[in-house]
Amino acid sequence: MEKFDVIIIGGGPAGLTAGIYLSRAKNKTLVLNEGVIGGQMSLTHEIANYPGIDSVSGYMLSRTMQKQAEKFGCTVKSNIKITDYKFNENLKTITVNNKDVFEAKAVIVATGGKSRELGVEGEKDFTGRGVSYCATCDGDFFQDKEIIVVGGGNSALEEAVSLTQYASKITIVHQFDHFQAHQFAIDAAQNHEKIHFILNSTLSSFYGNQSLEKVKIKNLKTNTEIEMPIDGVFVFIGYVPQTKPFENSLKLNTYGEIISDERLETNIPGVFVAGDCREKKIRQITTAVSDGTIAALNAIDFIQNN
Amino acid sequence: MVLNTNLEHVKTEAEYKKIISENENVMICCGRMGPMCVPVYADMEDLRNDYKNIKFYDMLFDNPEAHVIRNLPECRGFMGLPFTVYYKNGKVVKATSSLQSREEITDILNSVF
Ligand SMILES: Cc1cc2nc3c(=O)[nH]c(=O)nc-3n(C[C@H](O)[C@H](O)[C@H](O)COP(=O)(O)OP(=O)(O)OC[C@H]3O[C@@H](n4cnc5c(N)ncnc54)[C@H](O)[C@@H]3O)c2cc1C
Repeated sequence: MEKFDVIIIGGGPAGLTAGIYLSRAKNKTLVLNEGVIGGQMSLTHEIANYPGIDSVSGYMLSRTMQKQAEKFGCTVKSNIKITDYKFNENLKTITVNNKDVFEAKAVIVATGGKSRELGVEGEKDFTGRGVSYCATCDGDFFQDKEIIVVGGGNSALEEAVSLTQYASKITIVHQFDHFQAHQFAIDAAQNHEKIHFILNSTLSSFYGNQSLEKVKIKNLKTNTEIEMPIDGVFVFIGYVPQTKPFENSLKLNTYGEIISDERLETNIPGVFVAGDCREKKIRQITTAVSDGTIAALNAIDFIQNN
Repeated sequence: MVLNTNLEHVKTEAEYKKIISENENVMICCGRMGPMCVPVYADMEDLRNDYKNIKFYDMLFDNPEAHVIRNLPECRGFMGLPFTVYYKNGKVVKATSSLQSREEITDILNSVF
């Protein structure tokens, strides 16, 4: 078993910032990250709102933050799977890939969030063959084609408007009869001649051969289904916090976000939370970085006093 | 015209032909710096250390010379970036569209090479 002062779960901007602060203060620190280092930040094409840097790709900013943390002695392990953990003891243990066990005096959970999928028949089969989650990435494959945008929040409406530069017709399918978006985004979509709406509805299955050819749309009020021939579907139905592995130990709100106090300590002493996975309203790189700083400094305080 | 990654880049059709003809096992990820492509480049950077028998490259999708990948018969019907193509002795043995997880990529590497 390898011993650390602090283990950080998640290597997005929140986790990496905590790693920088902790290891710079000479704490033996381990970052365990399930996917690609940088998290959602690494998926961002261009970051133009990170103070002090004019413009940078999320990929490069992620690599720089990782190098910065490693320079101060932080160990960063990516593409791992946490298979067990015990938070309730004085010394917390985390098992990775069913074999390696790590121990620490404090833990910071910084597992962020990810795009929500519809989870219906055919969705996976046609991802990249008509089903997309990124308008900027795949919009130009749908030049003069008919597409559906699923969702009723700001992202769905704004991306639908941006997709009008390619598609000939866009149908927004939304589960309610009203939108959860800013009025200007609603107005822009409603006033666009290429955009049409099917409300109180959702997609229930995807069909095709080499690529997507049609979908089934289910009316959630009447429970009836219709088939619609379609070239593409873009899904923008929000983000889910990645907190499922912790639901039996950490206190979560109804959205699955981890609840903490002002010091970002959770219901378990010595377990802190930072970034998009915690209960908060604004989710940006700057707020994740801020959380990482606060959680790290309070974790240091916890170690010194316990 | 290259991508902002630490991978080696394929810049021209001539380079592409040379790479796939001179190397037994090649993986080329053709995309942009977008959310579906970036994780694949990052995985490839890591996988270089574990799969020394494979050459890993990227190519900018908007580079006109990337027609060599965009127009492959194996990429017909693809409507999501990146287009990732695997070559053995110069022949396409597998092609995928859109984001693939590390697990999916290693499964392909282990089965085709
Ligand atoms: C397409 C897109 C564009 C954006 N553009 C901007 C922008 O321009 N400016 C801006 O400020 N913000 C932007 N954001 C938001 C910003 O990226 C996030 O707010 C920020 O990345 C959150 O940081 P985080 O560290 O909390 O979580 P994340 O970035 O989500 O990182 C969490 C990490 O934890 C890992 N993880 C999850 N579960 C586990 C587990 N069980 N074990 C181990 N590791 C785990 C994940 O794989 C991930 O690497 C954008 C987001 C997206 C999706």
